[in-house]
Amino acid sequence: MFKKKDKKKISGSEAVILSLINEGVDVLFGYPGGAIMPVYDAMHDYYDKLNHILTRHEQGAIHAAQGYARVTGKVGVGIVTSGPGATNAVTGIADAMLDSTPLVVISGQVASSLLGTDAFQEIDVVGITQPITKWNYQIKRAEDIPEAFAKAFYLAKSGRPGPVVLDITKDAQFGEFEYEYKKIDFIRSYRPLPKTDYTQIDEAARLINLAKKPMALIGQGVILGNAESEALEFLEKSDIPAAYTLLGLSAIPSDHRLNIGMLGMHGHYAPNVKTNDADLIIAVGMRFDDRVTGNLDKYAKKAKIIHLDIDPAEVNKNVYADVSILGNVKVTLPLISEKVSSIDRSEWLKEFQGLTNIETRKIIKKEINPSHKKLSMGEVIHRVSQAFDDDAIMVTDVGQHQMMAARYFKFKQTRSVVTSGGLGTMGFGLPAAIGAKMGKPDRDVVLFVGDGGFQMTIQELGTIFQSKIPVKVVLLNNSFLGMVRQWQELFFDKRYASTELINPDFQGICKGYHMPSELVESRDKLDSAIKNLVEHEGPYLIEAIVEKEGNVFPMVPAGASVSDIRLE
Amino acid sequence: MKQEFTISIFSENHIGLLSQVSTVFTRRNVNIESITSSESAIHGIHKITIIVFTTREQIEKVRGQLDKLIDVIKSYVFKAEDVIHQEIALYKVSTAAILESDEVERIIRKHNARILEITKEYTVVEKSGHKSETQELFEKLNQFGVTQFVRSGRVAVTKLKKELLSDYLKKIEDEKTTKD
Ligand SMILES: Cc1ncc(C[n+]2csc(CCOP(=O)(O)OP(=O)(O)O)c2C)c(N)n1
Repeated sequence: MFKKKDKKKISGSEAVILSLINEGVDVLFGYPGGAIMPVYDAMHDYYDKLNHILTRHEQGAIHAAQGYARVTGKVGVGIVTSGPGATNAVTGIADAMLDSTPLVVISGQVASSLLGTDAFQEIDVVGITQPITKWNYQIKRAEDIPEAFAKAFYLAKSGRPGPVVLDITKDAQFGEFEYEYKKIDFIRSYRPLPKTDYTQIDEAARLINLAKKPMALIGQGVILGNAESEALEFLEKSDIPAAYTLLGLSAIPSDHRLNIGMLGMHGHYAPNVKTNDADLIIAVGMRFDDRVTGNLDKYAKKAKIIHLDIDPAEVNKNVYADVSILGNVKVTLPLISEKVSSIDRSEWLKEFQGLTNIETRKIIKKEINPSHKKLSMGEVIHRVSQAFDDDAIMVTDVGQHQMMAARYFKFKQTRSVVTSGGLGTMGFGLPAAIGAKMGKPDRDVVLFVGDGGFQMTIQELGTIFQSKIPVKVVLLNNSFLGMVRQWQELFFDKRYASTELINPDFQGICKGYHMPSELVESRDKLDSAIKNLVEHEGPYLIEAIVEKEGNVFPMVPAGASVSDIRLE
Repeated sequence: MKQEFTISIFSENHIGLLSQVSTVFTRRNVNIESITSSESAIHGIHKITIIVFTTREQIEKVRGQLDKLIDVIKSYVFKAEDVIHQEIALYKVSTAAILESDEVERIIRKHNARILEITKEYTVVEKSGHKSETQELFEKLNQFGVTQFVRSGRVAVTKLKKELLSDYLKKIEDEKTTKD
């Protein structure tokens, strides 16, 4: 009998690769293993379109994907095997969830016939990642791959972004079907953009025009919404001083007249103190995290609050909003700008300047030009920033150096900061820097990392070597888990329980990984080392031996009010 | 002030959603008094009804998190007086106890309960009503020994003419077509 020729069928694995290409993915970060081998095999034919970066640990793969997503605004993609591959990815997925980073993470899974049998390397990935993903889904049939991928990419990047996990059973990877890809931009049960209530816009403008002491708080929502110029326009027209959260850093240029510094525990003096003096707070794409607000019972009690956010669940979550404006701030800010009057607020701005001068005298000057012999973190960071013309992408790990970097590194353009905010994940920095450099090869990427966190993902030096990724690393070595030691000094009677580090020879380790590096132990060597860091073609590391017991100040002690910020 | 709330959650019928929904409550330390899950009046849409005892402020936060779940279409919060609700209870008593006196029969009649099944060993009694009513019957029957007792979660409908969700669904489908 004559048989009609079948349409061309492809495997589920190839469908995974084609779906990624259809979504515009050109690089992904991962680590192979049994349950994902069919996809890796299919990938082998597509290296011209899809660059796979082999990391040294799955945590590194996800952090790299995060770094990539944060600097580009695109969806970062990670790929791991079942069982231990997936559990190693969990920290990165959680980090992306808390910091609203768009990711699609693909995990292999045992064959569907083996599900629930405790098969080799079977783990309930959907169950484990449910509370730390925006959405997750187990694909058990090849035919379901295109739709699941289209949905995953749409969910990861729309509305408030976040990580999505796709768990694909091995039989779905092998199954054959007629592939067709259709992008998705509608899901009945999902409203990425909440309705804006226009009466609230009028009310916001009215409050702003009446306010004597208004203050804007800029969060990552401004960056995620690509609303930097809308934010500046609003601030400039209404002449309102603007502070930023850790993740809002670089949304407005460091040297902007209205930029009054960072909020929160190790933020700047003026914005923290003035929070409790302001009569109006305009929160733009930020979520009043406890590291920003300190004691909520003593937070901004004199102020009315206007809250602009894309996520309705954030409004009234921590701080009650007198006016709430839902939607993308790129759309809502101009609506407000239109209605606000140009008011000269230079007197109010001067009050910030006065406090900033105190901080400069008591803290910043001493940190940048220390009187002690040892280098201080702030001075190294300050000099590195200058050497890159205050225009590099700054990546950090977590600890004292992170706060110092946020305080002393300066920015000219947006999307220049990659740091773990919500989860505070040590080990984030090195792999995130790899991803950032892959995302923005034309920009300088400089990582600040502590001697503790460096050792959590130090193996990614291998990735840097194998894939030739020219990241610049500044290791700030204080032979302590510095941030914990600082708390021990201040709140635990200097009982340094398990925070001193007897470190390996980092220079030797760099040599082993073929990472060009140098050691800086004294001030007179600093400038030439930084020059090498900037000018060296390819990756480079400088290890600066810094003051062992330096502290990050100012500081809002846990449980205190933001205006009780300590200068020493 | 804590009070009773009924939350109706309309969702796609996806595996695992019930656990996602209950996680939202446990993470915020809100205890679920009762939970039921069934098809809704709208084809293809599932409805979960949850009863909690908490503050208005807390329940609004919970609702925000519920609506954020991708497969939840929409959730609504009602105060006790906004809904008509019912629970069903089943009681197993020994048939011998019923035959010994007419007291049991009198109780069943008085409480508008009915007998579902009688065997030589046991009789199953059914009553629907509010918790206080089914509880009262339990105490009465238990004088004669209730060997098994079960009470369902609460089912509830609003005092509105039709399901709030219908209008909502129409609205979003309209939005979709204007987008296309
Ligand atoms: C994975 C993880 N474990 C533990 C912590 C707690 N922690 C926060 S900062 C810190 C010390 C970091 O030390 P180091 O990397 O040397 O940086 P420094 O503070 O000295 O700059 C620790 C242990 C954390 N944030 N992440």
